Amino acid sequence: MNSFRLYYRYLAISIRGQMQYRASFLTQTLGTLAATGIEFLSIWALFHRFGTLHGWTLPEVALMYGMVNVAFSLTDAMSRGFDAFGRMVRTGDFDRLLLRPRSTVLQLAGQELTMRRIGRFSQGIVVLIWAMHQLQMSWSFLQIGLLVAATLGGACFFFGLIVLQATTAFWTVESLEMFNAFTYGGVYASQYPMTIYRGWFRRLMTYVIPLATVTYFPALAILGRPDPLGTRLLFQCLSPLIGVAFLLIAFQVWKIGVRHYCSTGS
Amino acid sequence: MKGYWSTMRARFLTLLQYRAAAVAGLFCQTFFGLVMIMIYSAFISSSKAPSPMSLPQMITYIWLGQALFQLLPWGIDGDIATLIRGGNVAYELLRPLDLYGYWYARTLAQRTAPTLLRSVPMVIIAMLCFGMRPPESLAAGAAFALALLGALLLTCALNMIMVISMMWTLTGEGMIYLIGTVAMFCSGIVLPLPLFPDWAQPVLRALPFSAVYDAPFRLYTGLLPPEAVIGILARQFVWIVVLVFFGRLLLARGCRKLVVQGG
Repeated sequence: MNSFRLYYRYLAISIRGQMQYRASFLTQTLGTLAATGIEFLSIWALFHRFGTLHGWTLPEVALMYGMVNVAFSLTDAMSRGFDAFGRMVRTGDFDRLLLRPRSTVLQLAGQELTMRRIGRFSQGIVVLIWAMHQLQMSWSFLQIGLLVAATLGGACFFFGLIVLQATTAFWTVESLEMFNAFTYGGVYASQYPMTIYRGWFRRLMTYVIPLATVTYFPALAILGRPDPLGTRLLFQCLSPLIGVAFLLIAFQVWKIGVRHYCSTGS
Repeated sequence: MKGYWSTMRARFLTLLQYRAAAVAGLFCQTFFGLVMIMIYSAFISSSKAPSPMSLPQMITYIWLGQALFQLLPWGIDGDIATLIRGGNVAYELLRPLDLYGYWYARTLAQRTAPTLLRSVPMVIIAMLCFGMRPPESLAAGAAFALALLGALLLTCALNMIMVISMMWTLTGEGMIYLIGTVAMFCSGIVLPLPLFPDWAQPVLRALPFSAVYDAPFRLYTGLLPPEAVIGILARQFVWIVVLVFFGRLLLARGCRKLVVQGG
């Protein structure tokens, strides 16, 4: 059985399991849907009071909001296995995964596909479509392609971040909560144009947690805005690839971690 | 009274154990606070529209929110939830204490311990490095302290409703998550309430959530004069009475229909 079919089976089992508690699934999905909806409401309230933000309008910011939230929700649903990873290392359960002839990342990602995350996903899609409609531009094939590429690049980035967070458990036996600042804080910060931030934070968002490369820079190319920071169009179009590169690096770090792993034995 | 006091003390000491989590939380809160401040200052300074609060007021408001982040319930006491789910809640009924008072004492510790642990270092860091200001005046500081005490009692009464509602919805996590988020949003910790549209202000003021964060913060930053504390305390008092009454009613109903699970 190849990896994709195996992963597909994992997902099917996980979904069937969650559908046993239909009412619980429904309230949880509605809960996340409303919670993320409220997030957008605060952006709306700010634009309602202040009009513009460094020359950016609400639909333009909404486009970035939609991109990053869809990207995050795609990987957030797969992250359950990695969240519990610290416990697996502590109890020694990780040994069992190592014994199976499949990649450990695949097995962890297949632990659960958290269905209630569909709340954030659908809300992101709705905001994205609303923004595309409000912008009143004629969407070319290239622009749509870049939008999809940036969102997928973002999903790769977030997956890489989750893998890195879990990797720290090899050394600390506890996956570091501090990463939450980068995941949730990153989602929150990358909804806005980078020009509003201070230099150190812009550099952080470009080089360390490269979220700007999957939201702000491609968004500039899509919207046809000149960049006050002076990046070229070619860079803006190719920058989503940095998200993919981030994921590949994260996998390498993970491999180092696995090699470093020695079971707690309990 | 002694029973309630010891309940609170024991719970408080248990919660003080989680120091590593507190450091991680502090890091997250500082990060979020900085991002929020950069975003809101960009709005305030790049727009010609008049801002209802000055930059330093906004900055201090945000840091107060980050420092007292743990005050508002957005989860519930996991132990009580397990008791209700597992059926051990029956033991709780056997104790020679009033159940509402007993759980309220637990909740009080549940809210105070993490808040203390987080707020003191957060305020120190924010004041030294990130532009948080001391209270507008001595009177403003005193008014803030009084309003914060009221806020603590109010937030526990709110939390109790969530806890008791667990008796109905055994897997009510979705609802609790939703209520928690709405409460957060309407309290001013996500976006300072003065920045909301003007027409929304009376609605927000009528809700109990604004009395937890926004009202004390306005006193601290001088958006409200110190003598406004009397009105705020009255508002908090009314909400506490209403919520405790409603909570007791709910609890009595819950106990009557309670099915002890497991065996």
